[in-house]
Amino acid sequence: MYIKLKNGVVYDPVHGINGEKRDIYIRDGLITRKPSSNIRINQTYDMKDKIIMSGAIDIHTHIGGGKVNIARMMLPEDHENDLVSKTPLTRSGCGNAAPSTLTTGYRYAEMGYTACFEPAMLPTNARQAHMEMADIPIVDKGAYAVLGSDDFLLRMLAKKNDQAAISDYVGWIINATQALGIKVVNPGGINAFKFNQRKLELDELNKHYGVSPRDILKALTRAVTELGIPHPLHVHGCNLGVPGNLKTTIDTINAAEGMRMHLTHIQFHSYGTEGDRKFSSGSGEIAEAVNKNPNISIDVGQILFGQTVTASGDSMLQYAGHWHAHPKKWVVMDIECDAGCGVVPFKYRDESFVNALQWCIGLEIFLLIDDPWRVFLTTDHPNGAPFTSYPHLIRLLMDRSFRNDILSTINKDAAAHSILSTIDREYSLYDIATMTRAGPAKSLGLKNRGHLGSGAIADITVYSNNKNKEKMFSKPDYVFKDGELVVRKGKVTKVKNGVTHTLRPEFDKSIEKTLNSYFEKYQTVSLENFKIDDDEIVEHGNGKIVIQPCM
Amino acid sequence: MLKKKTKIVDKIINNVACPFCGLLCDDLVIQNKKETLKILKNHCPKAISGFEKQVPESFPKIAGKKSTLEDAIDKIFLVLKKSNSPLITGLGTDVNGMRAVMHLADKTGAVLDHMHGDALTRNTLVLQDLGWIMTTMSEIKNRADLIIFAGTDATKYQRFYERVIWNKQSMFTRQKNKLKLVYIGEKLNAKLGISPTGKKPNILNCKTEEIGEIISSLHAIITGAKIDVDNVAGIKTKKLEVLAEQMKSAKYGVIIWSPADLDMPHAELTIQSFCEVVKYLTRITRFAGFSLGGDDGSTTSSNVCAWQSGYPLRVNFNKGYPDYSPHHYSTYNVLKNKEVDALMWISSFSAAIKPPRASIPSIILAKPDIKLNFNPDVFIPIATPGVDHSGQLFRTDSVVSLPL
Repeated sequence: MYIKLKNGVVYDPVHGINGEKRDIYIRDGLITRKPSSNIRINQTYDMKDKIIMSGAIDIHTHIGGGKVNIARMMLPEDHENDLVSKTPLTRSGCGNAAPSTLTTGYRYAEMGYTACFEPAMLPTNARQAHMEMADIPIVDKGAYAVLGSDDFLLRMLAKKNDQAAISDYVGWIINATQALGIKVVNPGGINAFKFNQRKLELDELNKHYGVSPRDILKALTRAVTELGIPHPLHVHGCNLGVPGNLKTTIDTINAAEGMRMHLTHIQFHSYGTEGDRKFSSGSGEIAEAVNKNPNISIDVGQILFGQTVTASGDSMLQYAGHWHAHPKKWVVMDIECDAGCGVVPFKYRDESFVNALQWCIGLEIFLLIDDPWRVFLTTDHPNGAPFTSYPHLIRLLMDRSFRNDILSTINKDAAAHSILSTIDREYSLYDIATMTRAGPAKSLGLKNRGHLGSGAIADITVYSNNKNKEKMFSKPDYVFKDGELVVRKGKVTKVKNGVTHTLRPEFDKSIEKTLNSYFEKYQTVSLENFKIDDDEIVEHGNGKIVIQPCM
Repeated sequence: MLKKKTKIVDKIINNVACPFCGLLCDDLVIQNKKETLKILKNHCPKAISGFEKQVPESFPKIAGKKSTLEDAIDKIFLVLKKSNSPLITGLGTDVNGMRAVMHLADKTGAVLDHMHGDALTRNTLVLQDLGWIMTTMSEIKNRADLIIFAGTDATKYQRFYERVIWNKQSMFTRQKNKLKLVYIGEKLNAKLGISPTGKKPNILNCKTEEIGEIISSLHAIITGAKIDVDNVAGIKTKKLEVLAEQMKSAKYGVIIWSPADLDMPHAELTIQSFCEVVKYLTRITRFAGFSLGGDDGSTTSSNVCAWQSGYPLRVNFNKGYPDYSPHHYSTYNVLKNKEVDALMWISSFSAAIKPPRASIPSIILAKPDIKLNFNPDVFIPIATPGVDHSGQLFRTDSVVSLPL
């Protein structure tokens, strides 16, 4: 069966198509070449003057797993003003900073997103993350396993085990937890916090293991490279939120030594200590370092004003930040000699100097980094703002006068300290298509997503062009998932299940011997039960598993 | 389909997870001989009764009379169709069971509660008022050097001691003779708290209602305040000062409570005192809380409810969206206030806890060996996840979940 999207204006950066009038053909869920003239087209949509992009991909959004569920449970007030009623087609739930899984799927699809990636899946909590993701409808899913504060890895590093063994362990973790990549969160810091260390600089030693964050970054970057994992090591660096952390971030970029590295929510890591308040923007230096190092990609973690909740694996710095909790309640957990988490509700206020400057810093970074292929649009949902604010963020990037209007309403000192008003750049639709589609797909190694070429999965979003880009991106006219129409005029019209993207890197299976003995001695589950079977993910009509190739 | 481990006939199966309490021990070795299960290794009384007890033959019944499964299901459909506001409670089920319950509740506009809803709610209220610092079983096993049992002796969770307190190996410097155990509460059996070398735990006897007062006094002493009385709830202030000092000098202290054992009005205030002192101690050292419970799938059902609806348990779907009210929507209250007009009870792990008896149409989905003192409108004997079929459950710490 053939579907034709006729006369649309296509933005497809993978193929260098920048707003050209094209027809797109879909057959059996895939985008295909124009069929010969004797083939019957079963359905034609007239897309005259409409903007067509592939489905958007969120490379970093906390949508499932323990800490998200803690946030949901802790904050009934978060949901109260955004209760979602059931319809004949969709289930009830709630939205906002910690939305229910079902509502998460519907709302992402209604914004034209067709894939979302949970960036902080703790290996011991991976089963829960997959269960929650299984209950997020429509969009594709995947997750990065968090390593770097797990005692197993730190013991290996302390014993100076060779890199091959470390890579085997990382490969085993990816397989066992059904992950698509590896993330490190405050490298070694979560572990150090368990030994009552309260901060950990890039070259500071964990007092028990004598291992530094730099050692951990190095070992994991190499493991990711050697295993051929397409997505570079996903790094949530040291000193998140600490004034002056700009230097740590630059040092971290240098620590990559030319190997590929993704620095996530870099806005939270781009602070200087200039000025009376000892808090200033480091966007210039950060952007310069990113521009100079083509091995580095980033996502921004833009903050937007309002109430949200911060949910992070970084127990050390979430504890340090709990004094700012709003409302005054918060959770910190130590988890299974594996990781940790911290959940702290927070309200970003535009009258606050610090919050207003954070807002400026994020936007400055977006606008100062030249290459949209290496900067991805995120708010680190929900840490900077709920994902539902993406259309607003896109307007801030595309519409300079709108940006400056808001700039004039925020804390005056912060606005005066920011160079934002001097930046003329406006993102184009092509840039937006790059940073929300082509770039993330390339970074994750999803070859048949993020573009509209023949053979791509037909995940397609169609917008009516509008001068007000917030309106345009809030409510796509059509969203197709695997070639099926799932959203019309910004409302779900069909519910289906997306797939779970995973990898199966090869590793030396003999690592299981060491692991088995470790599990028996020190863990409280068995190695066998730690591993997640394919069946656990696909059963009961949940979406399929797609194994992405390693490099 | 998931592998049904215990269903493999004439095999010895390793690493079987036990669903019969919140610890979810997953090191059981079970032999399946002609469909008769025997635990060869790592048992406890609950596991033995759960896995080994022969289940009597049982049939679906409509109003006490034997029926086919199809007829029983048709009858349930009619009861729910007629109902304006059903109550689905018990909820002794696994992740997929709870997913099905959520879907059904959304469709029928039901109220949801768990048989251990009171215990669950005691913790949830503290989470929503204050938050907490918590830890998990493997952290206790390797790190804890001071463990305070507050209002519980954990004897219901017998293997807890073997697995994470007197464990033979641990990663760090936790030497067994340096591990200090303290019990605070009423009629606590501290026998299991005697170390393998015979070291006895420190016991502070007080009424359950007084535990909060003692913990708050310890908190005050830790902050540097002077206590002007010579005893608190019958415990000498000197003794509390010694304990406060131990708490401050612990490298990794843990306060363990079991919400089910704090069965008194406003137990959340007592739990709050635990969480407050843990938070204060974390300014100087590492300390954490740990809640023992999660039996009959209660941690599981609350988690699934939270991710699918946004709220933990005690949710009403009658208005078409989730309406959360942990006091209002208890099984006891909605039955007493006649706010529901049909009852569905689900209990697949235990036959011991009986469904409430109510003068509304009742549907009982329970273990075949349950003894009811009334004839419900529909009874269907149901299988046990982890014994009769595969499944997934959450452990008491709400972090680890395991395949059954």
